[in-house]
Amino acid sequence: MRRILIIGATSAIAEACSRLWAERGDRLFLAGRNEARLTAIADDLRVRGAAGVDTATVNVDDIDMHAAVIAAAHDMMGGLDIALIAHGVLPDQERCNQDTGLTLRAFHTNATATIALMHRLALRFEAQGAGVLAVISSIAGDRGRAMNTVYGAAKSAITTYASALRQRLWRCGVHVLTIKPGFVDTPMTAGMRRNALFSTPHTVAWGIVRAIDRRRNVVYLPWFWRPVMAVIRLIPEVLFRRMRF
Amino acid sequence: MSSPYRSWGRYPDHPPAQVVVLRDRPVELPSAPAPMLAYGLGRSYGDSCQNGGGTLLVTRGLDRFIAFDPERGVLRCESGVSLDAILQLAVPQGWFLPVVPGTRFVTVGGAIANDVHGKNHHRAGSFSRHVLAFELLRSDGRLQCSRTENAALFAATIGGLGLTGLITRVDLQLERVPGPWMQVETLRFAGLEEFFALSAASARSHAYSVAWIDCLARDRAFGRGLFTRADFIATDRPSPRMRGPALPVPFTPPLPLVGGPGTRWFNRAWYYWPRRQIDVQPYARFLFPLDGLSHWNRLYGPRGFLQHQCVLPPECDREALSEILSAIVHAGTGSFLAVLKRFGDFTSEGLLGFPRPGTTLALDFPNRGAGTLDLLARLDDIVAAAGGAVYPAKDARMSSTHFRRFFPRWREFSQHIDPAFSSSFWRRVTAGDGEAD
Repeated sequence: MRRILIIGATSAIAEACSRLWAERGDRLFLAGRNEARLTAIADDLRVRGAAGVDTATVNVDDIDMHAAVIAAAHDMMGGLDIALIAHGVLPDQERCNQDTGLTLRAFHTNATATIALMHRLALRFEAQGAGVLAVISSIAGDRGRAMNTVYGAAKSAITTYASALRQRLWRCGVHVLTIKPGFVDTPMTAGMRRNALFSTPHTVAWGIVRAIDRRRNVVYLPWFWRPVMAVIRLIPEVLFRRMRF
Repeated sequence: MSSPYRSWGRYPDHPPAQVVVLRDRPVELPSAPAPMLAYGLGRSYGDSCQNGGGTLLVTRGLDRFIAFDPERGVLRCESGVSLDAILQLAVPQGWFLPVVPGTRFVTVGGAIANDVHGKNHHRAGSFSRHVLAFELLRSDGRLQCSRTENAALFAATIGGLGLTGLITRVDLQLERVPGPWMQVETLRFAGLEEFFALSAASARSHAYSVAWIDCLARDRAFGRGLFTRADFIATDRPSPRMRGPALPVPFTPPLPLVGGPGTRWFNRAWYYWPRRQIDVQPYARFLFPLDGLSHWNRLYGPRGFLQHQCVLPPECDREALSEILSAIVHAGTGSFLAVLKRFGDFTSEGLLGFPRPGTTLALDFPNRGAGTLDLLARLDDIVAAAGGAVYPAKDARMSSTHFRRFFPRWREFSQHIDPAFSSSFWRRVTAGDGEAD
């Protein structure tokens, strides 16, 4: 039994992960914004076999609340083995292009608040000399695109920060996992047209759980995004600026 | 690319104007001007899960368990939970769904809305017999329904095709099983008389029975098929690994790959194929044989296919059945998938419920346009003359006249319809005055 904190636990990918962990009999602490949904998810996970489920309602934008949530998770579960940071918003880019405030708010949720959480969790894991810090970034962070300017920039910040933390924490036995899903069929992408590149939250969750088990560093989910993004990163900027995807 | 919210038969296609993905049970219904309809896993064959120009309420996000009592086998869950998810939870704890249809990839809400039946209908009746209660979200409020509370609405919602409101929460009674293995016996029968004799004998001896019939065999081979009967058994074998579908049909071929001229020979080979008479199998192989091939509906090509499933009353099922089979042999357009089952003495509690005493026959036809529709209309005439009924969950084209004859309580049912709900099926079968005959 492992003690797992999930932040952004009401997101589709996080819920799918927590189901897989519950079926293994793990102990879970769910933090999220929507209290009614947290309660429903907690009931579900208990039926599926979780060793225990606690919840905390939190708005990750409010950085001052982070310490209390992490402490509560630690106290309720009697320790912390894994933390998964899964919250995020995909803002409407058209509106962001016109609205500086909206852009910064989206950046705050996706990057600043995430880095604040990673920072606090890193301190705790460093002190205990063990733990897994898994954070959901995105393939969007691999290269900036006009279609998701602020989302991509925020995910890029997370990827870089996670890479740096990995180097720092590796020496004291703490594992940092960067998760880069491609297109996932979730409410966040409800406005996008579905095509063959979309995968299900369950598939992605399965990849996350496995990557944590195997202590991988960076995972692309599904795997084919790794070569695809490698090619996209190689496109010269002169060409890339003309492209529309 | 076509709408992802099509029906299983992929005919007809009535795209919704709006899609609302539900994720939380406590939600309010959207205040949409157009009529609403719940859409689960899209396994209804025709237009009963479609709402052309209306709003689809997608329920697959309402897929959470709420409570399970492993002592009494009572499960409370949201309506978008699939039967697959329930079996994965319950079977390791020694419980099973008392009734399962031919696929486990349907939602609980859909199983109630169509009052689905299975290969054990002669023992267990239809799905809703094992439903203890549910919560119904209607445009005028949230109601708890059971056989004692809001009983009229409970009965209307069973087999009610999702028209009485949105089912959000369900209480189910599960059934004890000794394990995940079944002992399956397969017997050839040479004609319909033999089928009826085997059915009568097996109703007492076996919990599950179903037959495959070679619907293209003519003359002396007319009415031949394979009868399978099965029971759960206790064995020391380890649990089979339950996985998703092993083989997908990755894309829609430009032409139907099944149901063509080779079908007669395929059926013949299937009938004579040497097989073990008694076999021990994981439950999924016997109960859900087609679930191993995901998206098998694509095999019928871009025009899709139609299924015709009818029930014929016991007084005249022999005559009507051979009349139907003769019509198909004559038309020469059957397919491999033809399923025959003798129902037990249970009539669905639902006002529009399909399962009732008699014999049910389900047939798949690749959609070849007017010829196919004409044949199915002829089959409807035979069913109507026999006093039977055609299954709305499988239907894409029955006339409103026939519908009203098959389901004489439709007018009583329609008083329970939520005015904010409708479906393409319902608009079709209630169009016109339908009282011509």
